[in-house]
Amino acid sequence: MIWLNQIIQGVLLGGYYALIACGLSFMFGVMRIINLAHGDLAVLAAFLVWAIVDRSGMSPFLALAIVLPVMGALGWLLQRAMLERSLRAGVLVPLLTTFGLGIVIQNLLFEQFGADTRSLAPAIGDLAFDSWSIGSQIYVGHLAGLIFMVAVALLGGLQLLLARTPLGRAIRATAEDPDTAELVGIDARSVYAAAAAIAVMTVAIAGTFLGMRAAFAPYAGPAQLIFAFEAVVIGGLGSMWGTLLGGIVLGVAQNLGAQIAPNGFLIAGHTVFLVVLGGRLLRQRMRRAS
Amino acid sequence: MSLLAVERLDVRHGQLQAVRDVSLAVREGETLALVGANGAGKTTLLRAIAGAHRPVGGRVLLDGVDVTQVPAHRRVAQGIALVPEGRRLFPGMTVEENLLVASANGRPGPWTIERVLEVFPMLRARFRAKAGSLSGGEQQATAIGRGLLTNPRVLLLDEVSLGLAPVAVERVYACLESLISAGATLVLVEQDLGRALRVATRVACMLEGRIVLEGAASGMTREQVTEAYFGLGRGALPKQAA
Repeated sequence: MIWLNQIIQGVLLGGYYALIACGLSFMFGVMRIINLAHGDLAVLAAFLVWAIVDRSGMSPFLALAIVLPVMGALGWLLQRAMLERSLRAGVLVPLLTTFGLGIVIQNLLFEQFGADTRSLAPAIGDLAFDSWSIGSQIYVGHLAGLIFMVAVALLGGLQLLLARTPLGRAIRATAEDPDTAELVGIDARSVYAAAAAIAVMTVAIAGTFLGMRAAFAPYAGPAQLIFAFEAVVIGGLGSMWGTLLGGIVLGVAQNLGAQIAPNGFLIAGHTVFLVVLGGRLLRQRMRRAS
Repeated sequence: MSLLAVERLDVRHGQLQAVRDVSLAVREGETLALVGANGAGKTTLLRAIAGAHRPVGGRVLLDGVDVTQVPAHRRVAQGIALVPEGRRLFPGMTVEENLLVASANGRPGPWTIERVLEVFPMLRARFRAKAGSLSGGEQQATAIGRGLLTNPRVLLLDEVSLGLAPVAVERVYACLESLISAGATLVLVEQDLGRALRVATRVACMLEGRIVLEGAASGMTREQVTEAYFGLGRGALPKQAA
């Protein structure tokens, strides 16, 4: 029973990882940019929501609705002002610029909000701790369940957007071949900017839930990035459903690891990540050799 | 007035000047075949007309309007479409999606997906297949269909027969000829001289970035073109045929 519980909690935790990883995966899939400021953007969004809630007392969900377009605009601006230019200098330059951006965001947040840890949990009342009970020993938190559902809806929504809408097709065409996309009338720059806006909006959603389920501080971003990155890599870069699966695999591995040994949580997660990565590299090498 | 005009165009690839001082004009309903050896600058010229490559000098005019500074995607909206060399489909997307992308982002006009399927019936069976899994002929048909769906006023075709089986080439050209008889304006790059002379109203031969021979296809002999093609008798350049 305890193992079953750990698996269920792991799946729910995986939903959170998938939610955090969603924007990272989307941005990589479309623009081939690994955004190292991803975690910091999530923390930035959490702080923005927190600041609104703190000042007005409104629900964090309502505050998120205000922050969402702001973060979308930020994503658009980021693409036009920074990523587009750095991508022109090669695939590695965006790694450096987003790394720098992450540091800037962290220190601006520190300057503005100080070193205190904050949380949105007090602002959501019962949702932070209520749970459903399944049988007598398994409890599923309302918030964890909500996060999982939001992750599925968001990743599924993005998958649908990519597969079924004109914008999605334009995004995929541009991702595959930006030069040829221009030749069929697609404004590749605008498509990239739109994709960046969408990605950063998903980061805002993830950041808000980060603030609800736990605490955050100005320098909390990189830790979020690691789990997001692992989820994306395990699930296969650029695939939305893969990202969900990757998040779940990571969450389950961590929880099972913790059940085996108290310090097994992180070790098991990182081990799964390394095994999957190693397996991929090995398969690639074997395919190249044959 | 000519529908498409190129005036004294110079295009560079870094140090290499691929197109030198090229001028040409295409009237509505005309088919211009560009011939020339590999590296003569044909592809670069087409890409410069489509806006995929910025020239360093000269102008490109569509219906008298200077479009030299207009980016490629806006030229599509104004009516220039290029079917690029090597077809360049979006390989991870289906045939249908490749066509939809073009019709969603091009000009409004008579071309619909249904009409493209009438012209290229072999695509019907592969409609939902990934473009990367198609045969060369099917890919070329999709690429031409994709170009047509932007409803261009001028369609630029770069080496449509390259790498195709002879049967597939026949099929593609049968379709092109029906387009031509329907009044389409085409500029096509073609390695097969006989074919170029047969379908085109005019032929321009390029050598080392310049147009060395240009004239009506009907008044031009294979020997004349061959001579220009290989740069024989260069003392008399540039030549003008009937």
